Amino acid sequence: MSDLSTTSAADPGGAQGEPTAEQLIDIRLRVNGVQRSARAPARRLLSDFLRHDLALTGTHVGCEHGVCGACTVLVDGQPMRSCLMFAVSAQAHEITTVEGIGNDPAAMSPVQQAFAECHGLQCGFCTPGFITTITAYLEENPDPTPEEARGAISGNLCRCTGYQNIVKAVGRAAEIRGERGEA
Amino acid sequence: MKPAPFVHHAPRTVDEAVGVLTDVSHDGKVLAGGQSLIPLLNMRLASPGHLVDINGVTGLDAVDVSDAWVRVGALVRHAGLERHDGARDALPLLGQALRNVAHPAIRNRGTTVGSIAHADPAGEMPAVLVLTGGVVEAVGAGGRREIAATDFFQGPLETTLAHDELVEAVRFGRFAPGTRTAFLESARRHGDYAIAGVAVAVGVVDGVVRSARASFVSVTSVPTVLDLSPVLAGSDAGAPVGASVADAVVELVRGHVDPEPDIHATADYRRMLSAELTRRALVSALGAQDVEGAA
Repeated sequence: MSDLSTTSAADPGGAQGEPTAEQLIDIRLRVNGVQRSARAPARRLLSDFLRHDLALTGTHVGCEHGVCGACTVLVDGQPMRSCLMFAVSAQAHEITTVEGIGNDPAAMSPVQQAFAECHGLQCGFCTPGFITTITAYLEENPDPTPEEARGAISGNLCRCTGYQNIVKAVGRAAEIRGERGEA
Repeated sequence: MKPAPFVHHAPRTVDEAVGVLTDVSHDGKVLAGGQSLIPLLNMRLASPGHLVDINGVTGLDAVDVSDAWVRVGALVRHAGLERHDGARDALPLLGQALRNVAHPAIRNRGTTVGSIAHADPAGEMPAVLVLTGGVVEAVGAGGRREIAATDFFQGPLETTLAHDELVEAVRFGRFAPGTRTAFLESARRHGDYAIAGVAVAVGVVDGVVRSARASFVSVTSVPTVLDLSPVLAGSDAGAPVGASVADAVVELVRGHVDPEPDIHATADYRRMLSAELTRRALVSALGAQDVEGAA
């Protein structure tokens, strides 16, 4: 069965209690439109692969079990938790991180600009997850009500803002998209 | 909060996947969406030596609607099923329940079959599968077999699936024409695990209730069907549910559920909530008329 394995004869536990080197895999990912690759163990989470192996530290890691939403990235345009995916499983997909949405203070994306205008962040730790989530949401729902905006961000935790300004930022981002002709 | 080391297998066919599961015996786990499994791995509540990643297996991503069933392949994501017009029209309960499965970002990756194979009592889709009289299609070293949903779930996170078996698909049964359904759950934050939840199916013929059944989320160790027909059959589907009927439903539900207390709610609160959600779900299924005399 070793031909089916992406690793070769690795024994993760060490057969007789002897430590064995963990097998490394050449992982190739398309991130923000650029083909990237790095060697990492099979257990490398996509979130850690982005941060540690590709030095894309815009994606933040909070709870590491899918609750907080800070690590949300876009996989083929759909928001997903990068802490609940292995990098090795993400190879067939197009990954977009917050860096890919906007990485220049002079040319912020509509959602980033709306967060700045509405004070939608304080410490900023949760912000990358909100930016990715809301960017994808507005693609499908360009003109949400405040109630719909609340539902859209219900999978992301923020411990600073109390959410009011984030909800406002969703509405403002929709306006900016319209102003820029992106809606 | 990092998984223990494992060997990653990426089979391209169902046969290859079953081959790996057979070879690694009890030390393997199937990885589909991973939205329940990876948290367990990250917290090291599970540390299998082998992960059989089926995301590259072809032919597992179809939704097929027939007269009797909605068949959902092992790689259909919750979001994909939610958006499938044919499935939603054939079995509205699917859409009613899927909206409550975690958050959109989780539904984009997590699979409906995976949540059923995971058999978490807090999962919505096991309760839906059981209520629809569904079937699990398993394939293993010994071949293919079908397992009735009622025989599939054995306990929390426990099923009759053998270690060399993979769930290829599940089939949700379609209800008879005229059946009205509803799904309700209560969580502290929309998308979180439900404190309690209920799915109901009410069979109506010529404006008269002929049958009524319910299954539950988070308040029974395995999803089971509670038959509410004895108290509801014969009542006028167009009229408000009478107070005495509602009281009888509440009694049946309180006797059926067996909730565990935890940090979010006591067992008593969950029992009360299950009964109230059932009452409201029945009202919703029967056309948004509240119970006579209810506050």
